[in-house]
Amino acid sequence: MLIATNVTSGVAVLVVAVFLTSCVEMIEALTIVLAVGHTRGWRSCVEGVGAALVALVVLVAVVGPALVRVPLSTLHLVIGVILLIFGMQWLRKAILRSSGLKEKNDEDVRYERTVASLETSEPAKRRDQVAFVVAFKGVFLEGLEVVIAVITLGTSAHRLGLAALVAAIAVVLVGVVGAVVSKRLTKVPENAMKMGVGILLTSYGTFWTGEGLKVRWPGADVGLLVLVGVYAVVTWLFIVALRRRSGAILEVTS
Amino acid sequence: MSDKSSWLLRVVKGFAMFWWDFLVGDTPELFVATLVLVGFVALCRIVWQLNTLALVVLPLLCVTALGLSLDRAQRATRKK
Repeated sequence: MLIATNVTSGVAVLVVAVFLTSCVEMIEALTIVLAVGHTRGWRSCVEGVGAALVALVVLVAVVGPALVRVPLSTLHLVIGVILLIFGMQWLRKAILRSSGLKEKNDEDVRYERTVASLETSEPAKRRDQVAFVVAFKGVFLEGLEVVIAVITLGTSAHRLGLAALVAAIAVVLVGVVGAVVSKRLTKVPENAMKMGVGILLTSYGTFWTGEGLKVRWPGADVGLLVLVGVYAVVTWLFIVALRRRSGAILEVTS
Repeated sequence: MSDKSSWLLRVVKGFAMFWWDFLVGDTPELFVATLVLVGFVALCRIVWQLNTLALVVLPLLCVTALGLSLDRAQRATRKK
């Protein structure tokens, strides 16, 4: 029963973390792809997206299985440190955005910026190289973060296949929704999703850094859920404190 | 330098730049804090054999690092 609970909690956190990370990154990629498609035409844009997806799949297929051969404690430590830094960076941005100290990620602004840069480049002849490169770079660079999440979370939990499947579902889901609504997904609560991902990645990072350094967590994988709870409360406290401080500063200066 | 070696150099440089941006970027304090944290927890667990201290210190140092980074960001915003 205890084993079942441990497996379920670990898997649930893995699935949610990979799914949310993939969704957030793919929404950003989709915005770029839509800007390219609407401005320069769809043929080269779709080719660029396809090439980027193939490159990402090859990367997971090559690097993922190779990482499984690394000793587990070394793998946990390296991956834990990467996830810890990555998670804290996301959490920091999300907290700053929620407390009003940083502008929220605006897909409209990203879309307009991409369109503006594409309109100034030369018009396409037969094959639009600009559209191909911009679509490829957009999908590949945003997708690279998904790949890192899939490989780090998947290999550490010995569930690379599951992590890759969840990421693929998220990519297809965002792609289908984007195609159906045929516009950028501005209504998606991206900052809330980013905050959730930040909390999960920081929790995973803490857990695996500890495992890599031979720390014994009470309750094994259940310790991961405790960390998620602790970081969620701390995040909320930071937002409240920052809002109060910025409110106080505004009152003094006005 | 041949085309092949300059291509390889660009790939290596691009790879290094990606990881630099990914891990350090505009928050070098989080990167440094993580290294300090790993060193201290390694001391607690491996040298001093104090599992409970390591358990408490690890998330506590993460929260402290995050708090310091947020404070730095708020000060930067105030200066603007």
